[in-house]
Formats: sequence, C-alpha cells, structure tokens
Amino acid sequence: MSWQVATVADVRQETETARTIVLDVPDWPGHLAGQHLDVRLTAEDGYRASRSYSIASAWANSHSSTIELTVEQVPGGEVSPYLVEVLKVGDPLEIRGPVGGWFVWKPEQEGPVQLIGGGSGVVPLRAMLRAHAVAGTTPVRLLYSVRRPESVIYVSDLKELAASDAVDVRLVYTREAPAGEPRVGRIDADLIEQYALKPEDGATTYVCGPTPFVETVANLLVAAGHDPARVRTERFGPTGGPR
Amino acid sequence: MGIVSPGFTGRRGSGADLPPGQYLTHEFPVLSAGPTPQILTDHWEFTVTTETGEKYKWDWAALTALPAEEITKDIHCVTRWSKLQTTWKGVSLDTLLADVETGADFAMAHSYGGYTTNLPLDDLLDGQSWIAYEYDGEPLHAEHGGPARLLVPHLYFWKSAKWVRGLVLSDSEDLGFWETAGYHEYGDPWKEQRYAGD
Repeated sequence: MSWQVATVADVRQETETARTIVLDVPDWPGHLAGQHLDVRLTAEDGYRASRSYSIASAWANSHSSTIELTVEQVPGGEVSPYLVEVLKVGDPLEIRGPVGGWFVWKPEQEGPVQLIGGGSGVVPLRAMLRAHAVAGTTPVRLLYSVRRPESVIYVSDLKELAASDAVDVRLVYTREAPAGEPRVGRIDADLIEQYALKPEDGATTYVCGPTPFVETVANLLVAAGHDPARVRTERFGPTGGPR
Repeated sequence: MGIVSPGFTGRRGSGADLPPGQYLTHEFPVLSAGPTPQILTDHWEFTVTTETGEKYKWDWAALTALPAEEITKDIHCVTRWSKLQTTWKGVSLDTLLADVETGADFAMAHSYGGYTTNLPLDDLLDGQSWIAYEYDGEPLHAEHGGPARLLVPHLYFWKSAKWVRGLVLSDSEDLGFWETAGYHEYGDPWKEQRYAGD
C-alpha cells in the first residue's frame, strides 16, 4: 500500500470545529464502510506528520474517484487544525489506504445493524449508513450522542436518511436540547433499553466515539445482554478514564 | 520526499528520540476492538500450549508467586502515539517458559474476549517480554488489559495483548486479529511496519 496524491475537490463546514473534505483520488481501490486512511503532511523543510482518519463516504463504484473525510479539529493538534482551517480546494494531499478490517460493515453481512456514535464518532457510522442505503436490506438504527444541536455533524444528511423507512435515527443531547426535545443527558441503561436493538434481534453493534463514551456504552450493552463478540468498538481521544 | 503541503509547518519539538512517524503523548490512550472484558483474578488463568499439545498452567496465585520484575520502557502504538518511560511490574516470559519443552518458532497470544496476536517466539525471550499485572505502581486497570497483559515493548503495542490468557506455540506462523485485518505480521516501530507489506 503506497502513498498517493489526492486533490481536494470540495470542502464543507459541518460544525464550528468539523469539516468534510471531498478528495479526488484517481487510483482509489475502493473501501468498506468503517475503514480509515492515513493522511501525511510534509512541511517545506521535509518535516512530516501523519494521522489516521475515518472515511465518511461509502464507496459507490469503480467509476467514482471521490471519497470524503470528516475531520474534527483537536485543540492543540498538529494535523487536524491544518485540515480543518488551512487546506483548501485544489490543494494536494498525500493519503494511504484504506486500512482496517474489523470496524466495518459489509453489505453481505446478515442481521440488523445498531450504530452508536458520540461526537465525531459518527463519521465511520455515516459511511455505514450510506453503504447500507445503497446495498442493505436489514434494519439499521443510529443512536447519536451530541452536546447540542449545533454540534450535529451531517444534519441534512441524517434528516434525509431518517426519512427513509429503513433507517431509525435518534439523537441524544448531553448539554442542550433543541426546542421540543426536553431530555438532556448521556446515554444510559434506559436509553439503551428504549432505543437500541435488543440482544435477541441479533444485531451487530458498532460503537465509535471518545474513549470514556465507548467504554460506557459498550459496558451498558454487555450488561443489557448483548454478546460482546457482536459489539465492535472504535475509540479515540487522549486518554481512558483511570490509568 | 513526497509533495509539500502548502502552509503546513508542523508542531515538532518533542526532542525525544521516537520511531519514525510517532508523536509523544503523556496520556495513556485506550484502543480495543470491543467491550472491555472484566476478568476476576479468581478466574484468571494463563496457559502455554506447545506444538506437541502439552499444556502448562498458572493461576493468579501461581503467577504472582513467581519472581517479578520492575520494567521501565518506552511504548509505541501503531496509531502513532508513543509514551516514554512507562513503568510496569510483571513476570518475565523467560521465567514462565523456563521449563517449557519446545522447539517452536512462533507463538500466538490469546486473550479473554477472543483477541489474538502472533509473534516469533524469539521476540518473547531474552528479557524482551513480560506478563505485566501492575502499571505505575497500581494493579493494571481493565481498560489497559488488567488483570494481566502481555508486554512486548520493542514491537508496536497491539502485540502486547491485553487480558492475555495464553500462548499457543507453533512451528508455523499464523496471523492474529489485527494481522489478518491488514496490519503488519511483525510490527517493528523503528522500521515503521504498520500495515501488511510495509
């Protein structure tokens, strides 16, 4: 797997701190929903930094050469501030991928799909929703935990998906809810009971978000009777709770 | 050298001698593929199975009765963070394998929860690996692989299997969990062996 040069075809501001970068990648081999890729930046003097980012788009077909990343700016980060604030349409960007074969949804996979995301953890889940919209036949649900309405990534996209019968989208606000949605709080056992697919539904659950979020949700799922082998997790962020 | 990213300068300046492509962190990130298994030490067991099928077993009391070592090592995660001078306590694999009769070249580490990772047996011997059960003077937290994990600091940290429950020795090399999911079969951070083919 070698590095290749992509070109920024478009950028979309998703929230105050996150933006989607549409890349034109002429030789992209295709990817599975949930995979990530590496981005490499090189300064004029040769200094380099690389990071991995989840791919936000589903792979449509071999005639398409665009893929999307959604990057949340990490305060004090080295690569994300460049991607969110500096990189512009027309710029080249070195990438390598796709990578990862576990936190992925494949169209031939049987059984319903439960997606649970926290913050920018929704990015690989969005790729799964998009892939599912094209090729999925089983039910899919998204439980998405965000701080406040303006923190929601992919607002219009999610509204569009939620309008289809196949997808159930439920947002949980941790700090501030929109009018008419009184509940503010974190995902807890009640919400899992109320909104997540049940163990007997045979769902595969994908949980992605900051480590403490994923740790909590995965523990809740196991406590609710879900088979740990059917709960796939992807964690990010600087640290787990206790060291 | 690849293309230059217009306007990128980088943060630099950790001053540390890190493997290529790594950055320094003072945190301790958690990376796991599924829920954190909660394993009680009363139920914990570690087995070594040789290529002839012979089994050697240690329960928690037997493990902690063995001579332990204090280990201070740098660790390097394939997701690019490195953490310097981490301190652990555990039992050397030299101690555990001292009386194990084997001519095998490879080991597959197995974990509670189903995780696996493959290593050459030589990389587990000669003071290179431990079954660690304390981190920073405290019992190893479940998120970081407690009650006990494999510690192989000279390889990327996915080789240091959390919640380890055994080694299966073999004459031939099979691939473990991440290795079958596109990661390098060996994983030397200094050679940047991140993905298959690197």
